[in-house]
Amino acid sequence: MAQKIRILVAKPGLDAHDRGVLVLCRAFRDAGMEVIYSGLLPTPEQVASIAIDEDVDVIALSLHNGAHLTAFPEVKKYLENKGVNDIAIIGGGIIPEEDKEELEKNGITGNFGPGTSMDTIINHIKKVTKKF
Amino acid sequence: MLETENYWKNKINQLTKIKEENSKSNENITRWESKVLDPWNKKNANNNDDFSTTSEIDVKTSYSPSDLQGNQDYSMPGEFPYTRGPYPNMYRGKKWTMRMFSGFGTPEDTNNRLKYLIKNGQTGLSIAFDMPTLYGYDADNDRSKGEVGKCGCNISSLEDMEVLFKEIPLNKVSTSMTINAPASILTAMYASVALKNNISLNELRGTVQTDILKEYIAQKEWAYPPKDHMRIVRDMMEYCTKEMPKWNYVSISGYHIREAGSNAAQELAFTLANGFTYLELGQKAGLKVEEFAPRLSFFFNCTMNFFEEIAKFRAARRIWATVLKEKYGVEKGSSLALRFHTQTSGASLTWQQPMNNIVRTAIEALAGVLGGTQSLHTNSYDEAWALPTEQAVKVALRTQQIIAEETGVTQSVDPLGGSYYLEHLTNELEEKAYRYFEKIDELGGVISAIEKGYLQKEIAETSYRSQLDIEKEKEVIVGVNKYAEIEEDKIEILKVDDEAQKIQINRLSDLKRKRDSEKVNEALENLRKTYENNDKNCMYDTIKAVQAYATLQEIVDVGRQVFGEWKEPQIF
Repeated sequence: MAQKIRILVAKPGLDAHDRGVLVLCRAFRDAGMEVIYSGLLPTPEQVASIAIDEDVDVIALSLHNGAHLTAFPEVKKYLENKGVNDIAIIGGGIIPEEDKEELEKNGITGNFGPGTSMDTIINHIKKVTKKF
Repeated sequence: MLETENYWKNKINQLTKIKEENSKSNENITRWESKVLDPWNKKNANNNDDFSTTSEIDVKTSYSPSDLQGNQDYSMPGEFPYTRGPYPNMYRGKKWTMRMFSGFGTPEDTNNRLKYLIKNGQTGLSIAFDMPTLYGYDADNDRSKGEVGKCGCNISSLEDMEVLFKEIPLNKVSTSMTINAPASILTAMYASVALKNNISLNELRGTVQTDILKEYIAQKEWAYPPKDHMRIVRDMMEYCTKEMPKWNYVSISGYHIREAGSNAAQELAFTLANGFTYLELGQKAGLKVEEFAPRLSFFFNCTMNFFEEIAKFRAARRIWATVLKEKYGVEKGSSLALRFHTQTSGASLTWQQPMNNIVRTAIEALAGVLGGTQSLHTNSYDEAWALPTEQAVKVALRTQQIIAEETGVTQSVDPLGGSYYLEHLTNELEEKAYRYFEKIDELGGVISAIEKGYLQKEIAETSYRSQLDIEKEKEVIVGVNKYAEIEEDKIEILKVDDEAQKIQINRLSDLKRKRDSEKVNEALENLRKTYENNDKNCMYDTIKAVQAYATLQEIVDVGRQVFGEWKEPQIF
């Protein structure tokens, strides 16, 4: 049997719109993943260190507050500073089309907007975790 | 006062008994079902096998007088229990206040938007703040990086507040500020701007949200643990009752509870339960309910399930008046009538085919008006994408104006009152609310239910189920899981760049240089001592700190040191 995907779900910033992440945590767990939820209000640095401590395969980041271009790449940067390159990062939230390219360039994929089905996100996670 | 020990239980028993009696005496409907409906359904199947509302109230094919026997509410508008409206003539006398929530970028940016809205016929101001302000961090704090001015206007000190209300006569407008954890500080700033312009505090009209209970339940923007925040709310109640008699210092909000994923019954019940908690807080502080109850106002969501939403507003008024009278012994009419602001549902807006959102908002706004709202915010069609553009805000405001001035729905009060279906839904929601009140009391009250994570879990459960229904297409969202298109229409959106952050940081560093730092430290030290003494009202020292130009975060940090921070119970 394949090993379970370990996933950290987090909102890296001053953003309490947690309806989406709470739904996703349940959906990921129902899809057979091991889910770690950071709780509200971690800094990008804290998110990176939880991810390392918990040895996750993927981090799912969500922001609805417009700070994604600052906060998502910071999580990536903190991982790299610790020499960690084998954790995939996916994003979601209220992310304008043109920001998606910018995030992709930084290695943050998915960047799903409102109305995305849970299946689409789960399939994407399966795809990005295969690489490792 | 009535017997309050088993109040909720008695209420529930009373309502169930009526229903039981009803089912015995509905000969007419039984005849219709067997002679007309069933034969018809055999030949013409229904297109669905599950007809129900968001609160899981079963919906029958049709309703008749027998559904209301024994529980028909014959009250008229402006009289107890105010089911039909808080005032006798409602919109024939005064239309609802068109209050568009706005705020972004620097105080200058928002000041310009407010003046634009006033010019276009808006009758009340409503300010949105950015995340750092809502959490009590200054623009120059590391945690604020990338967030300054993004979700609303940034306020880091009294100086920002002075800019925000520049050239707006505070004695002529009514201002609503959506701020909770730092509500006492923002109220102190607003009062200080007024005093500086020689406007006396008893002239100030408006509302600060201050509803910290729903923060722990749903919106989750807090600074301290619940009991400490409630102490500050108590101090605001005392202070404002005395000094700012026209200021609504708590807006008890169901809006965020609904947006977080609850259904109509949960929104109704949790919001009113919070309302009772504030009422008891005021009583415990020794205030007379008659003195402060008229200052408690409500804020509800209005989303797509049209009749259930209208019923929710009617049920809210009926429950509030009934419980205040029977359980809390309130006599005076004006203290019993629930008044509320409505906002159409942000969560109902879709990113896909955004123009459809204009239609959704119009339907929701109409339900709010038919439900008898006192003020209304209509969302803009582009808000699933970003903060709204001026053009989109204008369409949203015009939507309200069309309802108010073209449709004729304002002519008669509670025009849907008496509809068998609507009255039935009102009764059903009322009963569901009483069941929740009983449960919350069993858990030891709202704060204890929050600490146990009960209310948060209830909402998360409903929200997850609803998402599963959407995935299974049991719940349809046009343009998303039905009638979807591959190519999306492109729309113009508002971008807030990081310029606001630079401007705010510069203004703060100038301020910190030019203010009298000794005076700041002294004011903060006094506030610390007051915070440490639970019996002392903290509003006076908050005002002094604000006027010494202590920053928002400097003040909140004092609280964080004295009260500690709040970690929410794990609900996942």
